[in-house]
Amino acid sequence: MAEVKKIYADDGREIVLKADHLCIQFGGLKAVDNVNLEIKKGELYGLIGPNGAGKTTVFNLLTGVYKPTLGRFYLCGEDLTGKTPAEMNKKGIARTFQNIRLFNNLTVIENVMVGLANQIPCNLVQSVFRLPRHKKSEKEYYERALELLKVFNLDEYKDYLAANLPYGKQRKLEIARAMATNPKLLLLDEPAAGMNPNETQELMDVISFIRKEFDITILLIEHDMRLVGGICEKLTVLNFGTELAVGETSEVLNNPEVIKAYIGE
Amino acid sequence: MKKFTSFKNYINYSVIGLITVVCVILSLSGVLKASTAILLEEIAIKIMLAVSLSLVVGFLGELSLGHAGFMCVGAYLGGKVAAILAAPLGNGILTLVAALAVGGICAGVCGFLIGLPALRLKGDYLAITTLAFGEIVRTIFLNTSEESFGGPIGLATPRFNKEWFYVICFVMVLITLFVIQNLIRSKHGRAIKAIRDNEIAARATGINVTRYKLIGFILSAVFAGLAGVLYSYTKFNVSSQIFDYNYSIEILVIVVLGGMGNINGSIVSAVFVTFLNRELANILTGNLAVLKDIIYAVILIAIVIYRNAPALKGFREKYNIKQLFSKKKAAQESSEEAVKEEN
Repeated sequence: MAEVKKIYADDGREIVLKADHLCIQFGGLKAVDNVNLEIKKGELYGLIGPNGAGKTTVFNLLTGVYKPTLGRFYLCGEDLTGKTPAEMNKKGIARTFQNIRLFNNLTVIENVMVGLANQIPCNLVQSVFRLPRHKKSEKEYYERALELLKVFNLDEYKDYLAANLPYGKQRKLEIARAMATNPKLLLLDEPAAGMNPNETQELMDVISFIRKEFDITILLIEHDMRLVGGICEKLTVLNFGTELAVGETSEVLNNPEVIKAYIGE
Repeated sequence: MKKFTSFKNYINYSVIGLITVVCVILSLSGVLKASTAILLEEIAIKIMLAVSLSLVVGFLGELSLGHAGFMCVGAYLGGKVAAILAAPLGNGILTLVAALAVGGICAGVCGFLIGLPALRLKGDYLAITTLAFGEIVRTIFLNTSEESFGGPIGLATPRFNKEWFYVICFVMVLITLFVIQNLIRSKHGRAIKAIRDNEIAARATGINVTRYKLIGFILSAVFAGLAGVLYSYTKFNVSSQIFDYNYSIEILVIVVLGGMGNINGSIVSAVFVTFLNRELANILTGNLAVLKDIIYAVILIAIVIYRNAPALKGFREKYNIKQLFSKKKAAQESSEEAVKEEN
């Protein structure tokens, strides 16, 4: 068991995610080059940048899809570099995807129940022979999934197939499924992509709500500046895989370099 | 969810149990013909094969074309054990249990071995690998010496010479259904289906994909092996010729016909295909025998078109058996459609 030493920021708040000089290289292309992140507990942190800046690649590094060429990262002080996606999830990093990835042929509630699977143990033998443990755990999955769906206002759709949900609700279901794995850090990859202004507003409310309700830290990739300006506390701006700016949302968004990268001169 | 012990979950056990009881009554009263008993054995074996393949193809979403290979392993090794033990233990239940255990475990080991590449291979490539596996197994047994597994002559097995052997076959079908159905309707089954639907998301949701893929392949192979042991018990001689890729395809056809991921569908289509094969063979004799495969293929194509063709969508919805039975479900489906169109 590796030694876990919690890291604290200067103001005494715990640092949930610390990424140290993350780099990944695909052949000659440095997709992510020397990215540092320090996200405090309970913070809502934004990761923005033009298309192809390497934002999703950072997510893929943090969730174990890719292994960093260089650099390490720590979740609550525990070094998670090089773990597999499933292990990463068990340790407490959950994510959503830019292009929605639901279990389309499962019902809405089953999608969430899949997320809960690691929290209530029930082994294969117990399930196949329908031992009491199985019934108890199934009941618990169902009840906890229903509770989560209520938080996201999806409970009335619980028996629908996930594929049959409207787009905005599929996005919410993806967040609900990620929340079901009881993460310490939630990574949201462009949650508002393709949403209309009403849906975006609703999503912002949901994000603020789960942040308070579950006391969770969120790292968010987003293009919608209204959403970023509205809810993020701190930002890192990426451009061509490197950090362009880091700091409080308002100052970063007024940074001339950032405006140049986004809008051009 | 549904109530935890709703009748619907047990309907296939009940139907198969009922059929067995009726057949037993018929055979006790002497109405059941010996040929029908043989047909029942055949049906039971096909059901086991179809349900076990359905676990890999329908639920795990991996295309496997080597199911006959697992059956072959079970048939040969189980048959050999039976042949050895028949002398000291007698050709009874005890020998059968030992044969089943050996055949099932050996097939399971093969399932594990074929599951390993399956972790890295996708779609067509895995299909080719499993196809090759089936052929390799068959060829190995074909080239064994006469004393070991009979080689080209085939393995002589002690046929279980009791008319009621089909009862044992149906008990095995019930065991297969019990295990596979309970697995599917649990958190493990949800994980398996989640991998089928979206492997990347499944990993990100904390599912150990490696573990569940191996479980799927091993269990599927075990039950195919058990079906193989039963098969060897219905014959005097097991020949590796029948376990060719056509046989694997036939099982796959049964699964596809019954609907992917639909166990009850697999059962019905296993019965249907076995009947169809036999009746066609009975009707078409002499020169007409060549027509058998053609008619068989045409019927299968017609069913697949009926089930999937977009042009027939309206027709299907109008005459849907499911909707006739449950109006409520139909209403829910249409409201789902409405929600979808709204957006």
